[in-house]
Amino acid sequence: MSTMLRINRDKCGYCGTCVAVCPEDALELIDAYLSLERECIACGICARACPLGALEVVHEE
Amino acid sequence: MKNNYDILVIGGGPAGALAAKTAADAGNSVCLIEKRPAIGTPVRCAEGIGKELLKEFIKPDPRWIAADIERARIISPNGTAISLEQDKAGNEVGYVLDRKIFDRELVWQAAEAGADVIVKTRATAPIMENGAVRGAKVLSVGTPADIRAEVVIAADGTEAQFARRAGLDTVVPLREMMSCAQYLMTDIDIDAGSTDFYLGNEIAPEGYLWVFPKGDRTANVGIGISGRKSRDGSRAKDYLDRFVAKNFPNGKTIEAIAGGVPVCRPLACTVADGLMVAGDAARVVDPITGGGIGNAMLTGRLAAQVASECIAAGNCSKEALMPYDAGWRASKMGTILERNYKVKEYFVTLDDAKLNTLAESIAQSSLKEFSVLALIKELITRNPKMLLELKALRDTLS
Repeated sequence: MSTMLRINRDKCGYCGTCVAVCPEDALELIDAYLSLERECIACGICARACPLGALEVVHEE
Repeated sequence: MKNNYDILVIGGGPAGALAAKTAADAGNSVCLIEKRPAIGTPVRCAEGIGKELLKEFIKPDPRWIAADIERARIISPNGTAISLEQDKAGNEVGYVLDRKIFDRELVWQAAEAGADVIVKTRATAPIMENGAVRGAKVLSVGTPADIRAEVVIAADGTEAQFARRAGLDTVVPLREMMSCAQYLMTDIDIDAGSTDFYLGNEIAPEGYLWVFPKGDRTANVGIGISGRKSRDGSRAKDYLDRFVAKNFPNGKTIEAIAGGVPVCRPLACTVADGLMVAGDAARVVDPITGGGIGNAMLTGRLAAQVASECIAAGNCSKEALMPYDAGWRASKMGTILERNYKVKEYFVTLDDAKLNTLAESIAQSSLKEFSVLALIKELITRNPKMLLELKALRDTLS
């Protein structure tokens, strides 16, 4: 089973809140979109902090 | 693109703009880069600032003042309102700005002073040599480039990735990240002269909801809640939508934004070899109000002043840059940040019943001064029986 972070770009307000709480510096706010640029440990902290619910840690078989 | 400057400023908000202007005025070659394609947008702010604080940096101009505020109301969970009136208090209240215009004005002033300004240009990493920052690797409209500088002033806001990649710990703990959402609403019934703050664990857990006027029937209606209280179904946006549905059901939202406000303590150290950190990136946001514009301008300006001296003296080591860190910590702002951090840590422990009791105790008071300090003093005076519980609050004053 693998775990990954899913970014819902339609919900994302590209505000950068997630970037500031990410313990791995994995997220990058590039102009008007959010990107997973480096390795994510799927801790879910960003998904908690998101004001809009645009981030989700998903588990895939 | 020129690739060598005395000072490189990362970020075109109030901290970066004041840093660039101050540095250019002092005769340095300065470059300010902004990753967005436009200065001032998108707004990430409730746009309130105290008048006296603002005037320390710029003459108020109607072009970027959306509202002149005469009173503030703090509304407790049961609806008890504490009203702070400018007439009764000895000092002025504040303005609600139009940040899109305000930020542009500040950057214009920096450009006029001689600073280069480059938009849609993102710092991807510091240029490090022997442990010291010597500039930044950037992507400018997709093209990689190196910009070297004697000193880099990182004013890259909440994200604060530049200082982090230079080795400073800028990560905000979840519980100290205010998760925020805001609507610019129009056609709503508001008191155009009052900034309203709504408290309560049902309304805004460990934070507050604000209505900041921007005209007769227009306001920033926003909310910040602690990151640890944020989860599916109870996110900042959910709380805000519930408040709006109840209070402004017929209002029109003409802008919807989100944002994160760090209410942790400032960075342990805001300088490193060749690097200074200012504004939200330095975590110098007031932990009680969430206000950061004035502190950003103060730290941006001070950073540039110290950087100018260090460049003139030919030494931009961490040690040489330390007067900046020591300077803002010793300032009135530094004192208020530390005190308000402790006050915040006390207030987040209060349940709604306690918030109501405290609000009722001072609802009839006429405060002589318009400040967090005056409010705390009044709370302590009016609640002698709660001495033990208020001890934590009283201790913040010593």
